[in-house]
Amino acid sequence: MSLNQILPLLQTSTELGLISGLTVLALFLSYSMLNVCDLSTDGCFTLGAAIGGTVALMGHPWLSLPAAMAVGAVSGFVTALLQTRMGINSLLAGIIVNTGLYSVNIAIMGGSSQLNLNRTETVFTFAKQGLKGTALAQQYQMIVAVIAVILIIVVLSLFLRTKMGLAIRATGDNPAMVQSSSINPIFTTTVGLCISNSFTALSGCLLAQYQKFVDINIGNGMVTVALASLLIGGVFFGKRKIPVRAIGAVVGAIIFRLIYALALRLDMPAFMLKAVSAIIIVIALAGPYLKTQGADALKHWKSGKAGA
Amino acid sequence: MLELKQIFKTFHAGTPDERVALDNINLKVETGDFVTVIGANGAGKSTLFNAVSGTFNVDKGTILLDGKDITRMPAHKRSRVIGQLFQDPMKGSAPHMSIEENMFLASGRGGWLGAMKKKDRDDFRDQLRQLGMGLEDRMTQQVGLLSGGQRQALTLLMATFSKPSLLLLDEHTAALDPGTAEKVLELTEKIVAEDHLTCLMVTHNMQSALDLGNRTLMMNAGRIILDVSGEERKGLEVSDLLERFRELSGTKLDNDRMLLS
Repeated sequence: MSLNQILPLLQTSTELGLISGLTVLALFLSYSMLNVCDLSTDGCFTLGAAIGGTVALMGHPWLSLPAAMAVGAVSGFVTALLQTRMGINSLLAGIIVNTGLYSVNIAIMGGSSQLNLNRTETVFTFAKQGLKGTALAQQYQMIVAVIAVILIIVVLSLFLRTKMGLAIRATGDNPAMVQSSSINPIFTTTVGLCISNSFTALSGCLLAQYQKFVDINIGNGMVTVALASLLIGGVFFGKRKIPVRAIGAVVGAIIFRLIYALALRLDMPAFMLKAVSAIIIVIALAGPYLKTQGADALKHWKSGKAGA
Repeated sequence: MLELKQIFKTFHAGTPDERVALDNINLKVETGDFVTVIGANGAGKSTLFNAVSGTFNVDKGTILLDGKDITRMPAHKRSRVIGQLFQDPMKGSAPHMSIEENMFLASGRGGWLGAMKKKDRDDFRDQLRQLGMGLEDRMTQQVGLLSGGQRQALTLLMATFSKPSLLLLDEHTAALDPGTAEKVLELTEKIVAEDHLTCLMVTHNMQSALDLGNRTLMMNAGRIILDVSGEERKGLEVSDLLERFRELSGTKLDNDRMLLS
């Protein structure tokens, strides 16, 4: 593989990693902080893409970003409502919303399961025109993605320092303590899921405009991919301060895309992506458990040998 | 002032596990009272506390706090005026958050989007210094790194931060080693006295039930079977309490933990 082949590969992987990194940041809030495994992520990602594509087609590429975030927040609100006010198990609540969103997403795209944005103005085409003639003209996609990620990391880090943010962290850590601090854990869970889902939808919106194409399956398996990225990031930045961990989450997403791109280069068929992400998750989640089990078995075996 | 009128609570009603946990409880606790509560396991002591703090709603009866009806008020709203400590020191604080973050949340200071300020930190430091445990130098450390006694002392500070109308202590020193338990009890007495708090404390230690506070309740099978205060209480010994228990309940107090401590 020559440098000419590797550089574009690195570039695309990083761009995709940054854009999907927003979904990883969403899970960083809902999974790592709030301790809720939000299985509506796939549907919400597609929702963001559908809104992003549709609003851009209407001629409002900039409006599509806040629109996607707002609709994502509504989706998060519904997921939270089901699990906090209607007694539905939180995993099931996510799956139910995910299923319902399939119809919603097709309805948003006007009954079609695909949107083509090839000749549509998007935030990326705006950036391309804006940067024309400058040294960064070639990097317009990277610049949009980097700006979005930095903005969200800064906002999220600042937010997690506020009382609301601390209350959300405490809800995942010890809900009883939140309650005895006169804060309603139902409220903090709801706010947390609204915010995290707005990030997920923004992520979907940007990916749609980046690849100039929306497909109803664009979000399939996103929750697994994002979770794998989050866990990869946690390996390197797990025990640090919150802003560093948030950066780590995005770095995890980029690493995941690089591994995937490399595997494709090594002739792994594209359809294996989901299997790879599933395996990464299993390794990351089961690893610590199996390690202690293994250490225990080893100790037992050693002591048995010493006694013999 | 806390007032309980004809409180009833039955768990698992209509099943073979049906159990009457609170059976017509009537109780009036004056402002500034420090009441100790004793009784065998399953007597209804913790159930009484959880009914007051709102962990569940009672089946029948009225709970008044400072004249306000709080019978159906949700727990997180009651906690504005009721502080509560449990036997498990892990229950009152968030382990993966720092000491100051825990205190900031408990203090109720600032708006939703407000962050901790230097003045808040200074206040927290002063409060922690009173504990005499060196926690004032560890404010950015995670609470999960503290010992059980340190965590319980911190929870005590957090629960009394906003001078609650009522403080509920449910065997809050039972899980600590004897030395630490004594220290936390001393702190409890000090804080309750300084802030003139109204306090109910469940204890399994009959001696401290008589030594601490100004009134003692004994519970059995969901009822308050003994209520002593003033001169009558001053003359009481642990052996008298055991005798009274046998008379009133018709059984021997068969709780080793209570007899041995």
